[in-house]
Amino acid sequence: MSEHAEKPLPEDKPLEIAGRVYKSRLLVGTGKYRDLTETGHAIETSGAEIVTFAVRRTNLGQNPDEPSLLDVVSPGNYTMLPNTAGCYTAKDAIRTCKLARELLDGHNLVKLEVLGEEKTLYPNMTETLVAAEALIKDGFQVMVYCSDDPLLAKRLEEMGCIAIMPLGAPIGSGLGIQNRYNIRLIVENANVPVLVDAGVGTASDASLAMELGCDGVLMNTAIAQARDPIRMARAMRLAIESGRHAYLAGRMPKKLYASASSPIDGTFF
Amino acid sequence: MQIQVNGQAMEFGDGATVSDLIQRMELEGKRLAVEINEDIVPRSEHARFTLSDGDQVEVVHAIGGG
Repeated sequence: MSEHAEKPLPEDKPLEIAGRVYKSRLLVGTGKYRDLTETGHAIETSGAEIVTFAVRRTNLGQNPDEPSLLDVVSPGNYTMLPNTAGCYTAKDAIRTCKLARELLDGHNLVKLEVLGEEKTLYPNMTETLVAAEALIKDGFQVMVYCSDDPLLAKRLEEMGCIAIMPLGAPIGSGLGIQNRYNIRLIVENANVPVLVDAGVGTASDASLAMELGCDGVLMNTAIAQARDPIRMARAMRLAIESGRHAYLAGRMPKKLYASASSPIDGTFF
Repeated sequence: MQIQVNGQAMEFGDGATVSDLIQRMELEGKRLAVEINEDIVPRSEHARFTLSDGDQVEVVHAIGGG
C-alpha cells in the first residue's frame, strides 16, 4: 500500500447477541427471492451472519430431492434465527418456537413476532408480551419484533428479551423509518441490542437506522424484491457499515443558516 | 387407523411409528420437526413413538421467510 494508506480507526465494539459476537450488523431474511440460488448468493453478498427463516408444513407429495433452504443457507455457516411470522396469537407463536427448537436440535434463539392484522402486519403487543414471557420461562432466547413504543420496548427488555426489534415501518412496505424519534428513544433507554426490523426500503433507510444508534438492522424484502437483489445486498452491507461509522464519528450539529467552508480572510477580490 | 398429517388424512396399520410416517412421506434424513396433538415428538423418539387413531400430526421444515 502507498504511504497514504488509511490509518486504522479505533475498533468498534462488536454486536453481541446471546453471548456470540458478530462482525456484521446486518441480519437478513430468506423469503421472496426468485429461487434458492439467488437466496444463497444474496445472503453471501450481504455479509450477514444471522439469517432468519420461517417454519411451515412440509408439502405432502413434494419432490423429496428438491433442495431445501437449509441446503443453501447452512446452519454450519450462519446463526439460524427461526421466526414466528404468520402467527397472530401467542399460542401459535409458542408452538412455532418449540417446533423450531426441535428442528435445529435444541438451538433456542428465536425471533418472536405476533401479528395483529393482515393489512399492516402491525405487531400485536398484548399477545407479544404473553408469548415473550412464556418463551423466556421455557428457556428461549427471544429477539422480539415490536412496535416503536419506548415503554413497551423497555418492558420487553426487563422481561428478559435479548434484543429489541422495533419496526421502522410495516413489514414489506419499504417506507423507511417513519418515527426516528421513537427509535432514538428506544436506543437511548436500552441495555440490550436494538435492531430495526421491518420497513427498510433502500440503503439510506438502513444507514439512517444505524446513524440513530441502532445496533443492527434486519431486512428481507428490500433486498429480495430489488430489481437486482445481489447488488442491493452489497448496497445494504455498505449502508450498514457507513451508518455505523457515521454514528460513531458523531455528526456535526444541524444549523439553520450557512457557515462558509472556505476562510473569509485573505480574499483578493 | 386414520391420522391427519399436515391437514390431510393418511391410513396406517396399527403400531406404525413416527419413523414409519416419515418414511411414507419420503422425508427420511431431512431436517424436520414433528408435533403430535400439539406436543413435540423429539427426533430421538421417532422410532418408538407409535401413532394412534385420530392423531393430528404436523411435520414442518425451514422455508424462506423474513
